[in-house]
Amino acid sequence: MNEITCKCGHVNPEGTELCLSCGRALSESAENRKTADVMRYEGMARRSQTYNLSIIDKIWNFFSSVKVGVWLIVITLIASSLGTIFPQALFIPNGTENVYYEERYGIAGKIYYVLGFHDLYSSWWYLLLIGAIGTSIIIASLDRVIPLYKALKHQRINRHESFMKRQRVFSSYSIESPEKSIAQIKERLLKKRYRIREEEGHLLAEKGRFARWGPYINHIGLIIFLIGGMLRFVPGMYVDENMWIREGETMAIPGTGQEYFLKSDGFTVETYQQGEDSEVFNNTIEREGAIAKNYQTDAHLFKREEGSIAGQQGELVEIQQGAIQVNQPFKFDQFALYQVDFRQDEYSSMSFNLTEKASEESVGSFTIQFDNPEKVYELDNGYSVELTEYYPDFSGFEDGEPQSVSPIPNNPAFLVRLFSPENPDGEVAFIGIQRNLEPLGENDYALEFAGVETRDVSGLTVRKDLTLWILGLGGAVFMIGVVQGAYWNHRRLWLKKTADGRLLAAGHTNKNWFGFRKDLEYAFETTGLDKPKDHQEENLNKKESADAKEENNRDSTS
Amino acid sequence: MSKRKKKRLLIRVSILSVLIAAVVYTLYSTLTDDERMLVKAGDAAPDFELTDLNGETHRLSDYKGQGVFLNFWGTWCKPCEKEMPYMENQYQEYKDEGVQILAVNVGESEFQVANFANEYNLSFPVVRDAQKDVMYAYSIGPLPTTLLVNPEGEVVKVIKGEMTEEMVADYMEMIKP
Repeated sequence: MNEITCKCGHVNPEGTELCLSCGRALSESAENRKTADVMRYEGMARRSQTYNLSIIDKIWNFFSSVKVGVWLIVITLIASSLGTIFPQALFIPNGTENVYYEERYGIAGKIYYVLGFHDLYSSWWYLLLIGAIGTSIIIASLDRVIPLYKALKHQRINRHESFMKRQRVFSSYSIESPEKSIAQIKERLLKKRYRIREEEGHLLAEKGRFARWGPYINHIGLIIFLIGGMLRFVPGMYVDENMWIREGETMAIPGTGQEYFLKSDGFTVETYQQGEDSEVFNNTIEREGAIAKNYQTDAHLFKREEGSIAGQQGELVEIQQGAIQVNQPFKFDQFALYQVDFRQDEYSSMSFNLTEKASEESVGSFTIQFDNPEKVYELDNGYSVELTEYYPDFSGFEDGEPQSVSPIPNNPAFLVRLFSPENPDGEVAFIGIQRNLEPLGENDYALEFAGVETRDVSGLTVRKDLTLWILGLGGAVFMIGVVQGAYWNHRRLWLKKTADGRLLAAGHTNKNWFGFRKDLEYAFETTGLDKPKDHQEENLNKKESADAKEENNRDSTS
Repeated sequence: MSKRKKKRLLIRVSILSVLIAAVVYTLYSTLTDDERMLVKAGDAAPDFELTDLNGETHRLSDYKGQGVFLNFWGTWCKPCEKEMPYMENQYQEYKDEGVQILAVNVGESEFQVANFANEYNLSFPVVRDAQKDVMYAYSIGPLPTTLLVNPEGEVVKVIKGEMTEEMVADYMEMIKP
């Protein structure tokens, strides 16, 4: 490595822009670039830029570049917005992804699907981008914060005149007693709570250095946030499952390792009622009709006794009971049950009368419970009905065989045999909703529909998220960093007594030059001297730009 | 100087490896998310106990030493209906060679299951998982799904979807003690 020896004799590492000791510019580029840019990292060498040796160093340097980081973010933003063009896989019917996009959106849809935009957050390349951003944040921050910390910690008080002249705020005073002025300024700056260090009559006043750490604290927050996101993939940290449960049913709760069971007492929908609820609802009720007020599942929670295995019955212990409402989850252990969906009026049972066709008289009635149909329904006086087959979701005949497409009683149908004293061998009938067939010839008896009972089904989401507090912590740290960097400024004033007896004053702040000038005004008030000139402001005034902004944009980025 | 360089290289290598490990883990977890949670080949088969149509309880671990052909099915599911006779035929071949079939019906009524078993003359135990907890324990997705459990109680293979009779025979051969 080539070291740079400054005129003052100090040896600086390669890549240093301003001498660590006296502050002289060490390279032509540092000489020519704007002072605010050079001062961002105190003229320190950003180490990785200075050599390019092994492959590790090359990778490191790639991620150390802010330019690379910005491009990674831009690419991720573009990818994220492209992901909103067609619906995400989450919102289309489950399992149809491979055909859905092409059928609906043609070739564009196919490309969308093949490239993984349909499930963006699980696409390998999207995750790689996020990983690269995380890497970039960590490496770029490390490469900057360490030299910056060192530079600020070992700041010299006495700076070379050329360093001071290059500062935006600078004045040179030819006065009788620089010492007196320095003492006066010092007193005033102490009142403004500057930290003052002196050396051989030179002075450095500094305030708000911790504002410089804001961006790095902010990045730590981002990293914590990313770690939280990553932890979702660790088994046991995150559960997101769905379950359907009918009134009266007891079901295992998915995602709990078959430890917990839920029994539903029923599902309720309430709407706002005129007269009962507050008057403010009246207009809307008249205009819109019924408005939902509450969706609620009343439930009991059971825990399976320790040591039981899946499927074992009769060992459930009730531990909790309560209501599951929208936004009011039912919480237990580390889980929460959310009310997310419902199906109303699913058939639960049907009642029939066995009727003699000729006399139209009923000889008995019975009820079929769909979750537990019986083989034979015995009626009085030698009548009975045998259930041959039950089709919960009857869809039609195929080769003469009745078909059911699902186990849900959406369209129940039955094949029955009707026994009566006249027909001891039974008469065959096929009955369903609005359907009554007698496939083996005219019957003497028929089943007459006598009533139906329904029940509601609750759709619940089972959620467990142990990463939430980490995400919250990351967000909080992120905001602390933002506030730290945005509402505090790092202000410095250098005072130097030159060999020929002049007083030099130079100032720098990373943002809010207006506030800094007010401080200077106050500090120089008692000396009778003009406050040091802000050359940039001067230039602006020269150009007579009436709307000259108080702050240069660049000022707020450091 | 070279000592410092060595130290720097070491720090860089370790930071980069931690970052790469984190990214690789996340990628792996995401890409295998669907299958990772499932019971898969090589896993110990979760134990369970269910009751068959004759009221007898069957506990998976009681069948240690035998191969268990574990089939999850529903009466309304056409492919399940199709493969049942194949399973019955092959059961006759293999039951004396130490292969047991357990047909787990998911969430249907005793009437329907019994009717189905009678219709197809199933002689192997047909058990009902009324509360679906065995289904959750095995993370069963669409029906039918079949798991081959070897005599040591380890899952050898998971078959999603319909099987031909040859496949049923081959699979039984695989788990024969």
